[in-house]
Amino acid sequence: MASDEDSDEDFVTYGTPLEPLEEDEPIRKPVPVHEQTVTDEKGRYRRFHGAFTGGFSAGYFNTVGSQEGWTPSTFVSSRQQKAERQNARPEDFMDEEDFSEHGIAPREIVTTDDFASERKDQLKDKARAVSSLAALIPGDTGLLEELIAPARSSIGVELLRKMGWKDGQGVGPRLKRKQCKQNTVYGCVLPRNGSEESEEEDDEFAPENVTFAPKDVVPVDFTPKVDSHGLGYRGLNPLQAFGGGSESAHINLFTLQSDRTSSLFGDRNSGQQRRGGIAGQAFGVGAMENEDADIYHKDSMSNYDTVLGGEEPGDGLYGWTAPQQYTRKKNDSKRDVVYSGRILDGFTLASQVTEIKTVYPPPDLPRDYRPVHYFRPVVDSSAVSPIVAQALQASRGHLSQDASQQGRHSLDSSQRRPSSVFELLGSKDRERLNEIRSVAKERNKSVGNLSSAEDRAAVVASAKAAVLQALSSRFQSNTPQPDSLTSPAKTQASSETQMALNAWSGPTADASKTFKPFAKNPQKQARYDLYINKLKKGDKDALESSLDSSMTEWERWREREEFVRAALLYKPSNSSLSSRFTRGKHEDDTDSVEVTRDQENDVDDKQAAVKMKIFGKLTRDTFEWHPDKLLCKRFNVPDPYPGSSTVGMPKIKRDKYSVFNFLTITDSSQVSREAPSASKPPSSSTTLPHLTPEVNKKSRWDIAGQVSEPKDPLSAFLSETRSEVSAAKQIEAGAKNQTDSSHASATPEIKVAQSDGKQTEPKTDEEEKEEDEEEVRPPMDLFKAIFASSSDEKSSSSSEEDSEEEEVAPLQSSAETPNPPISAQITPAPDISKVPDLKHLTVQSKPSAETTTAQNTQSSSHSAPDKSQGLDEEEFGPRLPPPGFIPSKHKKEKKVGSSGADEPSLTKKKNKKYKHKGKPKKRVDESNSSSDGTDSNSEDENRVVSTSELLQRSELIFLIKR
Amino acid sequence: MAFPQPRPQAPQLPQHLLRTIECQQGAVRAVRFNADGNYVLTCGSDKSLKLWSASRGTLLKTYTGHGYEVLDVDSSYDNSQLCTCSSDKTVILWDVASGQVTRKLRGHAGKVNCVQFNEEATVMLSGSIDGTVRCWDTRSRRYEPIQILDEAQDGISSLKVSEHELLIGSVDGRVRRYDLRMGQLHVDFIGSPITCVCFSRDSQCTLSSSLDSTVRLLDKSSGEMLGEYSGHVNKGYKLDCCLSDKDTHVLSCSEDGHVYFWDLVEGSLTLKLPVGKAVVQSLSFHPTEPRLLTAMEGHVQVWGAEPEDAAVEDKL
Repeated sequence: MASDEDSDEDFVTYGTPLEPLEEDEPIRKPVPVHEQTVTDEKGRYRRFHGAFTGGFSAGYFNTVGSQEGWTPSTFVSSRQQKAERQNARPEDFMDEEDFSEHGIAPREIVTTDDFASERKDQLKDKARAVSSLAALIPGDTGLLEELIAPARSSIGVELLRKMGWKDGQGVGPRLKRKQCKQNTVYGCVLPRNGSEESEEEDDEFAPENVTFAPKDVVPVDFTPKVDSHGLGYRGLNPLQAFGGGSESAHINLFTLQSDRTSSLFGDRNSGQQRRGGIAGQAFGVGAMENEDADIYHKDSMSNYDTVLGGEEPGDGLYGWTAPQQYTRKKNDSKRDVVYSGRILDGFTLASQVTEIKTVYPPPDLPRDYRPVHYFRPVVDSSAVSPIVAQALQASRGHLSQDASQQGRHSLDSSQRRPSSVFELLGSKDRERLNEIRSVAKERNKSVGNLSSAEDRAAVVASAKAAVLQALSSRFQSNTPQPDSLTSPAKTQASSETQMALNAWSGPTADASKTFKPFAKNPQKQARYDLYINKLKKGDKDALESSLDSSMTEWERWREREEFVRAALLYKPSNSSLSSRFTRGKHEDDTDSVEVTRDQENDVDDKQAAVKMKIFGKLTRDTFEWHPDKLLCKRFNVPDPYPGSSTVGMPKIKRDKYSVFNFLTITDSSQVSREAPSASKPPSSSTTLPHLTPEVNKKSRWDIAGQVSEPKDPLSAFLSETRSEVSAAKQIEAGAKNQTDSSHASATPEIKVAQSDGKQTEPKTDEEEKEEDEEEVRPPMDLFKAIFASSSDEKSSSSSEEDSEEEEVAPLQSSAETPNPPISAQITPAPDISKVPDLKHLTVQSKPSAETTTAQNTQSSSHSAPDKSQGLDEEEFGPRLPPPGFIPSKHKKEKKVGSSGADEPSLTKKKNKKYKHKGKPKKRVDESNSSSDGTDSNSEDENRVVSTSELLQRSELIFLIKR
Repeated sequence: MAFPQPRPQAPQLPQHLLRTIECQQGAVRAVRFNADGNYVLTCGSDKSLKLWSASRGTLLKTYTGHGYEVLDVDSSYDNSQLCTCSSDKTVILWDVASGQVTRKLRGHAGKVNCVQFNEEATVMLSGSIDGTVRCWDTRSRRYEPIQILDEAQDGISSLKVSEHELLIGSVDGRVRRYDLRMGQLHVDFIGSPITCVCFSRDSQCTLSSSLDSTVRLLDKSSGEMLGEYSGHVNKGYKLDCCLSDKDTHVLSCSEDGHVYFWDLVEGSLTLKLPVGKAVVQSLSFHPTEPRLLTAMEGHVQVWGAEPEDAAVEDKL
């Protein structure tokens, strides 16, 4: 914008600028506050009044009316029929919102009185108790109300009564012998041991044929604790505080609630004797009180503990202010030993005493005890063949056979190394060695001729010795030098174990959160876990004891090392720190790759078969393939593998680096090596009549004959392949000669290009195929397609004019550069795979494109245009044909400019480019070589005929030429 | 055997040019009949897809929405949907009537060479240069493919779908046939990069053309070669081949501007139909009648067996 560039532009603006418009997106303004409306759940508009004026409007604009005005409830004339009396309840005038959960009168499900439980309301009780005291006629109100209250029992009780239950009885089938003692005990009743016996004695008097109702169950009191007092504390009882001052001189605050109720009842019972009302010092002795009572009541200090630990207050509980009340005798002193205090409400003593675990002290260790255990090296000489034993001896000096008898200390460290080479090898290799050994043994036995077997064995042994030495040298580099000594190594190891012990023995994070270093091997992990657990307990022998004793010395030794390392490495971090991290999924299976289970057969065989036109079993591979379930469903096909969860080709895991991988590779390489060697002799005389496809149209019967022919010997196969390959070779040789000559005549510039793109050498079809086989990497243009995305192509067709001009300029300059002897240097190589390497070549060869085309067209009339390399490098595999000449001009221009995924052959494309982009260039070329001009001209004419619009465009060219 | 009996009367070949349609959409990358053969679909290199009337050659609709040239198209059995694939790596499902994009599916890593509906148009299968075939569900709204067939070691050049089989030709020189009913994958080694594969109409044979200028007819079940057809030129381009409506002839495009007709049984060249000077890049045979579509550069030619009738039709 020009205005932007003006620096002295004044920034005064009037009004508020409009918000920048977002393209495509519908503008969504936030609704301003004054336009926001409140609606109820039905979408009706709600007027909001404010909190003091009633909140939301009710009814119709705060009236009881409707839109039509106020309509009274239906008027019924009293003449014909009496209007029923209308009971207008408040609910009739309420909206349905009021009944909702947050409304004025929320409706909830309530138990009706019929089904309500009989339990009395505690609050009511209390209120009644208090009011009875405070009433003018003390104690009357409650009694009166209870008298008047209708006898009403709940449904459950009614039902029970109907079934024969009586009050005070328990529920259930009647019992035989025992009569239930109806003793309603309020409060906490201890199970009695002694009283049971007395009951037994009572039973003797019970008649035989009489059954009794079961005992009534004392209901468990589930009264929730609502106050904030301590357990057992109940606060002041107004009855006691004001009423019964004289009876119980000391107000005990630590009685239970159930006791309280009992005292309530007790009070009530004793109400006759003791008149209620206000009594006490302040009011003097009333007329209704007997004067003997100590009205000037003093709470004696003897009720309180004055001395700590001095005298025994009776129950032997010193300093306990809380439990005073011991209604029960100490009939079982055993309990009191265990439980020093009073049993709180809702608690009972345990019937069984938990057994105390006796802790035995660890045994005293002898002074000279060293907490190290040595395992005996496990070598049995019988398992090792004499040859291997010899090899071992050779490598190590002496056999460890005798070492097993000696103590470990007397061994030098080289002996303490793995007792057998086999332990150093992988399991597979071990198997293989075993096989070899067994074979050797068999030979020993069967033939009896030792010499050959020994020769062989010697070779094996020597090889083994070499392996062992290599391994041992590597091994030594890892571990402390053997001869240098044992003690430093050991001290180091012991220090490490000590460190591990220190790290783990503290109060650390729990094991479940620690890292599992051997998750892949569950058994090993289990051993490691055991080790860690023992470490945590501070066990010094953790390492030794947690290892598997069935393992060999070498394995144990290695595992010991690993465990100590792992314990040190993965020692528990701070809990606060470790809580911040979560463990990632443990997925580093680096040493195995997923491979499809079924592998394709040998490609060389197939190629040979294809050459011989034997399709069928040789060229066909059939694999198991699992379609997706949904795909089957969509295709209306039953799942061929119901129950299998795999999709696609079944895969297996295979070691990435396995010896056998390489072994198989050598096989295939041998085969591949054979093939060229077989084709080497070019003078194989057996040249079958090579049928060129154009001459002979083969019918399928011909092919059938061919198929039947080679069925005889394998040599026929070979000879035929040989002949074909040789023929191909000859063609190739010819082509090479040709290219050589063309090379000679090529300009240096082009030569450089070709040396860069060496692969452009002409290839016969066979070679090409082989190349295709060798090329296992993904197609190059795949990468191209990824990286050179379509974003770089100009999609807008309006800018083609500019782009055209821009592109013309470089072309012109390159055309003016002198490269006079442009001959047919571009070889007709149908290369499909190698094109990407040639990219740099294209720019240089562009000016010469015209000539190339000319020569190509001259030499071979129907030479495929794709044979020339160049711009086709985008494509790998079959390309799309050139777009040709399209009437709509701008589209094509854009395409050429983009040169992206468009794959016209070089020749045509260049022609096109030449014509449309480099029109000025044409003159230059024309002056250079007239023959080129004519050639291109002729081609032009061909095109022009095809499209009329082009005529107009190329008019200019024609004018120039004429 | 898998061979259809030869017909007593000579099958008519579409050798008369009925009309030429100038598509005005750049190079025509593919030309296809719709399911019943009444309409013609052309994929242009100018990102557009055009729908034509087969009988009159009039343009009915243009579908735009691709970001790069359209490479292949297929129509559903009921003509309600189209699917196209493009160099812009996407597969688009179109609503035929409205011309709107129903779904645009991304996922391929490279340009998508071929696309096909299955029989009920519930799945779209697209083969790409990235070597995978992706099965897209047209029913669900998922944008992930149901399954990815990545067994090919090189780009996919062509694919066809039958009732329960997928036939996939790849540049790695192999024709793969996925049998959903059996749960098997059959790989036929051809050697040369495959440019086009077809089922025969009786779906007993597969036809595959490859870059060694050969079209091969293979027995589907055993993989044995039943016929080999050569003479045309197909060395660098992705050219189509097909079978005639009665399975009597094998047709292939050629780079020398002809369409070659071979007798299927005899393997002899029956007709060499001159189409033009440039490469015949796509062709499509009418599902029931002897009628052929060829695409060369920017135009499509319609060929029929009898010129007179066509002329009459044209006038009408």
